[in-house]
Amino acid sequence: MSAMRLLVDLLAGRRGAATLAPREWDGVMSVARAEAMLATLAHRLDGADLPPSVTTLFADQRAAAAVARTQSLWEAEMARRALASERIEFVLLKGAAYAAAGLSCAEGRQIGDLDILVLGHDIGRAENELLEAGWEWVKPDPYDDAYYREHMHELPPLIHKARDRMIDVHHTILPRTHRVTPDPLVLMAEAVQTSSGFRVLSPPAMVCHCAAHVLADGDLQGGLRNLWDFHLLVTEFTGRDTGFQAQLFKQAALHGLVDVVKRALRLSHRLYDTPLMLDQRTVPSDDLFIRRLLARDDWGRPTQFALHQAFYIRSHWLRMPPLMLSRHLWTKWRKR
Amino acid sequence: MRHSTRIAVGPVQFRIGSDWRAPIAALEKLYAAYPGEDARPADATVRLFAARPWRRWLRPSVHIGGDFVVPDALPLPLSMGLLAAEMGMNLQVALGWRRHMLLHASAVAKDGCAVILSGESGSGKSTLAALLGEGDWRLMGDEFTLIDPATGDALAFPRAVSLKNEAIGEIAARVDAGRLGPLLAGTPKGDIRHLIPRADAVAAMHEPVRPALLLFPRFGGETAIEPMGEGEAFVRLTEASTNYIALGEPGFAALTRLVRETPAFGISYPDSAAGMALVEQLFAEARR
Repeated sequence: MSAMRLLVDLLAGRRGAATLAPREWDGVMSVARAEAMLATLAHRLDGADLPPSVTTLFADQRAAAAVARTQSLWEAEMARRALASERIEFVLLKGAAYAAAGLSCAEGRQIGDLDILVLGHDIGRAENELLEAGWEWVKPDPYDDAYYREHMHELPPLIHKARDRMIDVHHTILPRTHRVTPDPLVLMAEAVQTSSGFRVLSPPAMVCHCAAHVLADGDLQGGLRNLWDFHLLVTEFTGRDTGFQAQLFKQAALHGLVDVVKRALRLSHRLYDTPLMLDQRTVPSDDLFIRRLLARDDWGRPTQFALHQAFYIRSHWLRMPPLMLSRHLWTKWRKR
Repeated sequence: MRHSTRIAVGPVQFRIGSDWRAPIAALEKLYAAYPGEDARPADATVRLFAARPWRRWLRPSVHIGGDFVVPDALPLPLSMGLLAAEMGMNLQVALGWRRHMLLHASAVAKDGCAVILSGESGSGKSTLAALLGEGDWRLMGDEFTLIDPATGDALAFPRAVSLKNEAIGEIAARVDAGRLGPLLAGTPKGDIRHLIPRADAVAAMHEPVRPALLLFPRFGGETAIEPMGEGEAFVRLTEASTNYIALGEPGFAALTRLVRETPAFGISYPDSAAGMALVEQLFAEARR
């Protein structure tokens, strides 16, 4: 069995950790690292019957993830202070939001950049406040900068000069030019306050964003991790509120994300045994997504080059209309 | 991958895979006397690979990969495959290890006490440690010294010592030829030859040691000893640590404790004999 399958089975609980041969651990560890899921696996298998060296390595990973979580919440606090004087409202997205809301998917989850969502008309002021507080532009190329500002759902990334941490300031959750255009006003208006004082998306909106992030934005890189977030979010929210399913589809319909959410549900059902809320268990094209998500060998190397390319092209196809895409590719190609 | 081997250095179990046999064979020869724990899962994976299939034979060049990679790192010619393997192993530890605070420093130990030598490459820290390790000191490592945040102890990482340029002749004159690896001439870091640590150093690699002395050597110039304050030692060691920031508060606590409890000195020395004499002298004073 491939290391990727093993990883997924261990996460889903279909396979007991004690049944793995020493050599199988090598592969699992490498692919988990490559998918940025080693600390997640360490949390999932906390207390399981493991080889002694794996037990110690997993303890290291959990400790490191706890530090990273503190650091990311500190970064969120820094953004809050920077935006407070202008009273700019913002909502945390993705990893920092899961950590701030104390959700189960935050356990061991790697948190890279800080992602926040502000209202479109606040974006200029938000940028100014962040620049004043020590964040700096990192995209020196004028085309890239203009591209972000005109077409993307976020400002060009900013890095803090002292702490070397990146912030992505979004005004919506998918590129402006994307086939699907979610409604950021609804997202902001329905956002909820956490006990840590930060605002995060409402549960159905959070799940919609997670699904959009996996399937509508990008080429499925890191998809296994993002889909694991999706699985845990859906499981946790469904457990809290039996009406969650209805709310989820209502929210998805508001943003044009019904198909995306349905696909995420089917995929995460197949990989992680997420309770399926749909009649249709699978559609043929799901197989391609699964193959792409599991395309890594036991040494952690990406495999299935053609499939990677196909999903890369798909991400651009979804992201902008054909004429604009050809102009974009032409400009990018000339800049090489 | 086509060829692979496993090596345990200090607390880290490596799995190294390669598209070619040669780097693996060279590693197996250097690390033949290290304890092989075959049933132990790997903590870190290194990959040595050809960027394109034909580059396995046609002007073969070795790319360094693994759990952690440095984007845009330049490949090395196959004749330097051993160096590529070593760089790959260092990289995995530098970027991935979280159990201990990593200091980019060499270290030697005697009577359960460690001398930690931190400095830029060219400071002579590797050579000094290697030379002391041939005397009545236990060589702990020439690249990384690990500090346990829980106890404050130093732990060894005795990989094969990477001797460079003039140091090669100096050491080769003192040790059995069987303990030296092949000469890698004209690498980006100059000439390199590996020294296999003594059997007793490898046998003792899991034994923690109390840090007794922090030295910041500088090769060249008159013999000089400069006592160093806790603050300066602290700042220098944060720069010498690859995971200080990632460790967060435990890293800060470990480093604070290290510089508070361990006397630190900057030393300059014109030649190895003078350097070794300084280490012996300061060690004797520190233990008094």
